[in-house]
Amino acid sequence: FFSKIPSVPRLSSNVQLQLLSWNPYVTGNSVIAMKYKDGVIMACDTGASYGSTLRYKSVERIKEVGKHSLIGGSGEFSDFQEILRYLDELTLNDHMWDDGNSLGPKEIHAYLTRVMYNRRNKFDPLWNSLVLGGVKKGPKGDEKYLGMVNMIGTHFEENHIATGFGNHMAIPILRGEWREDMTFEEAVKLIEKCLLVLLYRDRSSINKFQIAKITTEGSTIYPPYALKTNWGFAAFENPSKGAVGTW
Amino acid sequence: CRGAATGSTRTTAGPAWPSPARTTAWSPPTPASPSDTTSSRASTPRSASCKADKCVIASSGFQGDIKALQKNLAARELLYQHQHNKRMSCPAMAQLLSNTLYYKRFFPYYAFNVLGGLDSEGKGCVYSYDAVGSYERTGYSAQGSGSTLIMPVLDNQLKSPSPLLVPARDAVTPLSESEAVDLVKDVFASATERDIYTGDKVEIVVINKAGTRREYIELRKD
Repeated sequence: FFSKIPSVPRLSSNVQLQLLSWNPYVTGNSVIAMKYKDGVIMACDTGASYGSTLRYKSVERIKEVGKHSLIGGSGEFSDFQEILRYLDELTLNDHMWDDGNSLGPKEIHAYLTRVMYNRRNKFDPLWNSLVLGGVKKGPKGDEKYLGMVNMIGTHFEENHIATGFGNHMAIPILRGEWREDMTFEEAVKLIEKCLLVLLYRDRSSINKFQIAKITTEGSTIYPPYALKTNWGFAAFENPSKGAVGTW
Repeated sequence: CRGAATGSTRTTAGPAWPSPARTTAWSPPTPASPSDTTSSRASTPRSASCKADKCVIASSGFQGDIKALQKNLAARELLYQHQHNKRMSCPAMAQLLSNTLYYKRFFPYYAFNVLGGLDSEGKGCVYSYDAVGSYERTGYSAQGSGSTLIMPVLDNQLKSPSPLLVPARDAVTPLSESEAVDLVKDVFASATERDIYTGDKVEIVVINKAGTRREYIELRKD
C-alpha cells in the first residue's frame, strides 16, 4: 500500500494527504558535529529505536560521501539508507565525467537540501535530519564546511551542528565552549561532553558511540566505544531507603 | 507542512513617492538638505539578500520556502541581466516577486516579504507583500512575527495621514538617514522586548545613491 504513494497529492482528499505524511518507524538519535583546526568532526551513537524499543544496537549513522564529505543522519533509518543510495548515484555520475572534478561538501549539501525540500513539497518527506561536513580545497585554500538540512527543507551552515535532542542539550554547550582552531583532542573532549549529557538525559541514546573526522588527508570513522558514566550518587545507592513502608 | 523555522520581524522605513526627494550620500548631510531619500530595512541576517544593486528583499516565515523563493528570484534576475543587458529595477523586481508568489497561489511560499530599493528616478521605494503576492508600494512597512508591534509605532512616528483624505497625502514625513536608522533600531529593540521570536541581532541595510551598506546591531538575547 505504501509503495504506491502517488507523486502528486490530490488535494481534494484530506485523508490521502495525511497518509502521505506518515510516521517514522526505526529512528536514529542525535548527531553532533563541529569544525576544528584540521577539518570537521562528527559523532553519534550506534543505536536505532523502533518506537520505545531499542531494536538495533550497532548501526552506523555516519558515512563517507565522495572524497571530501561525511554525512550523519538521524531520524528514519530506512530513509537515511535511501539517501545514501541517492548520494551513491550522484557521486558515481560525477566520477564518470572523469574530468578531475569531485563534488565537495557544499555541493552535496545543496543537493540534499533540494531533495528534502522537494519531497516535503510533495507531502512525502524523508524523515531525517542530516548533517553534512567536509573539507575541500577552494580558492582561499582548504575550506571547511559544516551544514545541516532537515525533513522540511530548513537548512543552514554553522560551526557546530546538533540534531534531535542535541539541539536542546548539546548546542548550549557548544555555543559556550567551541572555539576556532581546536585541536583534534580538544574537539573530541568537547564532543564527548555533549555525548555524555545526551546519554544521561536522552532516554533513547545508548552508551556506544562512533566518532568520525574528515580532513584534507581523508576521512576516518573510528570503531565504536563506550563512555565512562557515573551513577554513584547517594540517592541511587539504596533507592527505597527513605520510603515509608513497602507494599 | 507548517513552516517551523520562522524568522522574525522585518521593517522598512523611508519616504514614499511622489514626495520631492533629494538623494544624498550617507556621509553627514549638509545643513541645507534636511531630507534624504534613503531606504533602510531591518531584518535578521539569514533572510535579507541583495537583488540588483538598488534592490533588497527581506523575508519572514518558513526558511525552506524563503531560501527557495530568493534563489528563484536570483536566477530570474540573472536571466534578465543576460537578456536585457542591464540590472532589474526595483519596480520590475516588485512585479516579478508578486507574480512568483501568485504562481504558487494554491500551495503558497510561506514567506512574508518586504522589498526595498531605489526606483528609476532615484527615489526610495518600499513594497510590502503577503504570502500569495498581493503588494502595495508604501512609505514604510513591517512584516513577520513582530509586525503588529512595530507597525503602529511607525504609523505614529512617521505621521501617517488618514487614507480618507482628499487629495491623498504622502504616506510619510521625510527623514534623514540617521533619523531613519535610529527609528529602525528603536522599533526592533521594542519588538524584541515583547515578541519571543524577535531578538539576538538585527541587520540594517541602507540603500541610497552612494551605494548599499549593511550594519548589524545586537538585540536582547533572551
